Amino acid sequence: MSVTSSDSPAASELAVSPPRRRRKLQAWEWAPYLFISPFFILFLVFGLFPLLFSMWLAFQTWDPSTGLQGMEWVGIENFKFVLEDDWFQKSLYNTFWIAIVSGLPQHLVAIPLAYFAHTYLRKHRNTVVGVYFLPFITSTVAIALVWNSLFSRDYGVINMALTSIGNLSIAGMHPLAWLFPTSNVDWAQPQYTKWMISSLVFWRYVGWNTVLYLSALQTIPRDLYEAATIDGATSRQQFWHITVPLLRPMMFFAVTLTIIGNLQLFEEPFIITGGTGGINQAGKTAAMHMYNTAFVDSDFGTASAVAWILFLIIGLMTWANNKFFAQKD
Amino acid sequence: MAAVRKRVSPSRWLAYGIVALGGVIMLAPFWFMFVFATHTNTEILSVPPPLWFGSAFLDNVRLLIEKLPFFWRNLGLSFFIAFSVTVLNLFFCSLAGYAFAMYHFKFRESLFAVIMATMMLPAFIFMIPTVLIMSAIGWMNEAKALIVPGACGAFGIFMMRQFIGTAIPKELVEAARIDGCSEFGIFWRIVLPLVTPALGSLGLITFIGAWNNFAGPLVIMRDMDMFTVPLALRALQGTGQVPWGAISAGSAIAVLPLMVLFVIASRRLIEGLTSGAVKG
Repeated sequence: MSVTSSDSPAASELAVSPPRRRRKLQAWEWAPYLFISPFFILFLVFGLFPLLFSMWLAFQTWDPSTGLQGMEWVGIENFKFVLEDDWFQKSLYNTFWIAIVSGLPQHLVAIPLAYFAHTYLRKHRNTVVGVYFLPFITSTVAIALVWNSLFSRDYGVINMALTSIGNLSIAGMHPLAWLFPTSNVDWAQPQYTKWMISSLVFWRYVGWNTVLYLSALQTIPRDLYEAATIDGATSRQQFWHITVPLLRPMMFFAVTLTIIGNLQLFEEPFIITGGTGGINQAGKTAAMHMYNTAFVDSDFGTASAVAWILFLIIGLMTWANNKFFAQKD
Repeated sequence: MAAVRKRVSPSRWLAYGIVALGGVIMLAPFWFMFVFATHTNTEILSVPPPLWFGSAFLDNVRLLIEKLPFFWRNLGLSFFIAFSVTVLNLFFCSLAGYAFAMYHFKFRESLFAVIMATMMLPAFIFMIPTVLIMSAIGWMNEAKALIVPGACGAFGIFMMRQFIGTAIPKELVEAARIDGCSEFGIFWRIVLPLVTPALGSLGLITFIGAWNNFAGPLVIMRDMDMFTVPLALRALQGTGQVPWGAISAGSAIAVLPLMVLFVIASRRLIEGLTSGAVKG
């Protein structure tokens, strides 16, 4: 926008051709750039620059205590190392395991629950939805610590509830013993840790998904249902042929959020396993693996490679989800 | 609902029952957290565990302070950080949202698209580079390292743009400009007072997010006296005999302010959080 007038300014002001005339920049022309600049300044300094640096780091071997000159270019060695690393593969397996076991039920519960709240609840809808939503706003650390006490082996409420169902005796028989444990479960054991983490993740986010689906349900016009009722459609038919198809855009959005969120799970497994990943690292997620590589092993190059690999995996899964939902249309 | 049915079918009752039971399960962890906060460790570690309130809350708090000598300071620091982040976000996000909603300028759409794209970046990708940059500029172990980078979030800009775009007629802005109001004056004196509901939602969302933030302080704060509450609570882990009573008391103190906020303003909060979801 700079005006470069080579000759005398007076000459250009007196010039007869008006379109080329020098014009004072109005406040409303530059003000919007000023107003949006804080975001971009902060993002350049604390977002883009660090991001590029970490991309660069992923190709270096570096322990930060050696200073910047301790950095050494290793090409794709870090990526090769990470992809072949058993612990990374295990953490990736754990991540997907928890993502699916905690993520899928979230939607299978949230959709009917939102439908129920939308259709059958009037006066108490906000209260019921609020109760399910409450875990979403609470501190993960605080509640994960509570989780540890609820799941403790000898005195935990969960074991108490499960074993009392397992030992339930009706006329000398134990009808539920095949499904529920009859003695206390040690949730810290590798085969159980992921269940414990998944239960916390499910509990925390099911209400969030319910709220998302509920807000989508509220945009479906009522007369669609009325017309269907007149045509003799049962409420089950209405659910499958009106509600579900019209919820699809929201399903796509909510599932996308779940994928992005669950694949970068960090706080829940971190607190539940006390930062270690649990016995045999059974509860260590990929994001935890990145953290430990950087801040426990001080290997920032490898850790950056882990971060970018995980980023690519999340991008890939989001893309696949996109394909999956687009295909059916 | 046009037709009001008098008789509720058995399957409907079953559904009510299931939803109510689910609600109890959702609330149970909070219940045990508050109950355990009022019991000694011996009482908690007994069969069956306590289900109703005891009288050991103050003892638990005392134990908590013994283990975490800076707990009150941690609480204050958490509040200070969350409050600062919230105020800065309210200002900068509504200012940017106002620019995107009310002005026509070159590159407006593409600049907005860039902001939206940054929302897609997962948080963990910033973890390592943030630490490096903070050590480079000497902000490690300081509150500003958690306040400044989070001072203007993309979600807030998106939300405020949506709200200002629908709530404020462009003629109003034009009229104020003709009357000689400065560009910033229009924002400060005319737009902001009209969008207070949205500011309330955004403020709640931001405050809760900052209050609960764990990964940020985890890599930034090194000394106990600079810990935020989640970090301090986490330090109670793995110290020999786990002090469940004290942990529960600390957790309850960390969660209670949010629960109060939620009970007061759950509707506004939920509406704000889903504001982008419905249109998008």
